[in-house]
Amino acid sequence: MYELTNVTKKYDQGKRSVTALNKVTLSIPDGQMVAIQGPTGGGKSTLLQMLGALDRPTEGTIELGSADLSKLGQGPLGEIRAREIGFVFQGFNLIPTLTAQENVETALAPLGVPTAERISRAAAALDSVGLGERGSHLPAELSGGQQQRVAIARALVKEPTVLLADEPTGNLDEQTRDEIMDLLEGLWRAKGLTLIVVTHDSAVAKRAQRRLLIKQGVVKDLG
Amino acid sequence: MFVTYLRRELAGRRKQTAIVAIGMALAIALVIIVNAVSSGVQLAQSTVLASVYGVGTDITVSQTPAAPTEGEAGAGGPANFDFGADAGATADGTTTVSQSRLSVDRGTTAFDATALDTVGGIDNVSAAAATLSLSNTTFDGALPDFSAGTPQTGDDAAGGTPPSGGPDGAGGSSFSVDSFTVLGLDPAAEAVGPLSAVSLTDGRSLETTDAGTNVAVLDADYATTAELVVGDTVAIADTDFTVVGLVTASSADAATASNVYIPLDVAQTLSGLTDQVTDIYVQAASSTDIEQIQADVETALPEATVQTQSDLASSVSGSLSSAADLVKNLGLWLSLIVLAAAFLIAILFTISGVTRRTREFGTLKAIGWSNGRIVRQVAGESLVQGLIGGVGGIAVGLAGILVINLAAPTLTAGAATADPASAMGGPGGSAGGFGQAMVEATTSDIVLQVPVTLSVILIAVGLAVLGGLLAGAIGGWRASRLSPSEALRSIA
Repeated sequence: MYELTNVTKKYDQGKRSVTALNKVTLSIPDGQMVAIQGPTGGGKSTLLQMLGALDRPTEGTIELGSADLSKLGQGPLGEIRAREIGFVFQGFNLIPTLTAQENVETALAPLGVPTAERISRAAAALDSVGLGERGSHLPAELSGGQQQRVAIARALVKEPTVLLADEPTGNLDEQTRDEIMDLLEGLWRAKGLTLIVVTHDSAVAKRAQRRLLIKQGVVKDLG
Repeated sequence: MFVTYLRRELAGRRKQTAIVAIGMALAIALVIIVNAVSSGVQLAQSTVLASVYGVGTDITVSQTPAAPTEGEAGAGGPANFDFGADAGATADGTTTVSQSRLSVDRGTTAFDATALDTVGGIDNVSAAAATLSLSNTTFDGALPDFSAGTPQTGDDAAGGTPPSGGPDGAGGSSFSVDSFTVLGLDPAAEAVGPLSAVSLTDGRSLETTDAGTNVAVLDADYATTAELVVGDTVAIADTDFTVVGLVTASSADAATASNVYIPLDVAQTLSGLTDQVTDIYVQAASSTDIEQIQADVETALPEATVQTQSDLASSVSGSLSSAADLVKNLGLWLSLIVLAAAFLIAILFTISGVTRRTREFGTLKAIGWSNGRIVRQVAGESLVQGLIGGVGGIAVGLAGILVINLAAPTLTAGAATADPASAMGGPGGSAGGFGQAMVEATTSDIVLQVPVTLSVILIAVGLAVLGGLLAGAIGGWRASRLSPSEALRSIA
């Protein structure tokens, strides 16, 4: 469960200070599917980075379970990301020189999973997103939808408690978008994940249990 | 994962890998070749020096001739051959005269042999031997018999008899001057000195029991020229010596130090230089002791000239010396510049690679990769690139060395040594200035052979590892400083 209390994030841009998040207080229960919407530059990605332990707030606290993400150093935050949080990016962010199978395995590397187990778990994850036969393909040899499936497999192979998706369908056509969202939704239901999706797409947002609108750093819960 | 990722990255970015590896390979090859050529040149210098000064000689002690005081004849003055009225043998109207003179080489000064004991008593001297460097000059003349009483003016108009006698039968004369170098040395001191650097080709070398006896060992080339073999006799200072052995320089490229080697005590007696020597050869217990011994000798013998091997190396002249200078100056700087350029290329490419892979490293950090794991990955890739360059560099370097050895360039080397010709006092002999160094370089042709040593290979591997680690450390440091959020935001 996420507990955000008065979270403020400011960025220094030269002599100017930009407030990306302004005293956000928010609670997200375990297993909830949440959509975050809002205009560009409103603070969506910043909020996702705070939730994903990629960055720390300037003020306020972010708790994930018993861990206060606002107070932990880079090392412990990295461990939390490695164990608890899966990421899916708009641009897929696959390693171009690694095969689909190896890309999925990268998520298990920091956990010290033995090689044989790592290989079998990555293969199973690829299988679960319908790419069991494409493990040896490089990202460049896969379509956009397939690359995003590989990215989803990479996010889920470590069995995280939270899956954060930043515009996961932003680079996909409508049909592929629906396929990916069906997949994400299916996995969310099957695994009991907390799924937080940042999106501009209302069709995607409508699938969520709860919608948050963020504008000028202020979050409005649309229910 | 580390190896898989590393392999995929290097294979997937072949162009960058090839450029970095080629840069490193060229630099390392150049370093290998310059190092090896430098070793080859040093080896050639050692060969030249060993032939003159002996194997294992670390220090030589001699004495520079002092300028004579007013009214004193210079040591390097012309050699005189004085003949009395009854000198020579007369037959058929021709008188033949012959005289040998054994004297110290010009430019060389004899000094008291007790210096050997002084040097031998200095700390860390493991062996010392003294020699007396001499020149034997023989004057041979044939002239008409003047004692016959008939004026042989050749003036037919005066009514005298026509000139007769002499080598041409017409009253003419003929003179010749022959000279060769003689080195008196202690037969018991085999470990150090000129004879330690020669190979016996026939007969035997000088032995301890030869002290006081008229036996000689000849340089094989000189023996061939003088048509002498073992068992023949050679005249030195009008004394016959039995030739007991022939020697040649250990290296076919070098010359021996002297034409003739005789026992030191005999040389001293014949030259009238009792208890005098011209050179002392010193072997140090360890190379680290050389400086200390040099300083101690200079203190104990203030008049002496003390030279170490490095001083002696500077006496090697000719194209070998030019090659040594070239390697030392241009080669060293060139290899350093190319090496620095290769390191810079590797570093810049690694940094450029890290910048290009910002999204990649940001993503890996987002999924939990630690900074250490990313640094190791970047450093590992750079290290392997460096090692590929190292292997390539070793291959190119060895090929370069092979080409040099096949080409076998011949270098001319001259080592400063006593000049027998200059010791001749008669016509043709060079004038002896006071204190002027009466030495000249005896030249020999050295075929440059470039050795491949383990140390050269280790240097190459070390440079490859160093270059790779340096580039990897800087690239890895840059990657580790990437904040995952900023890395991902910059992509967005």
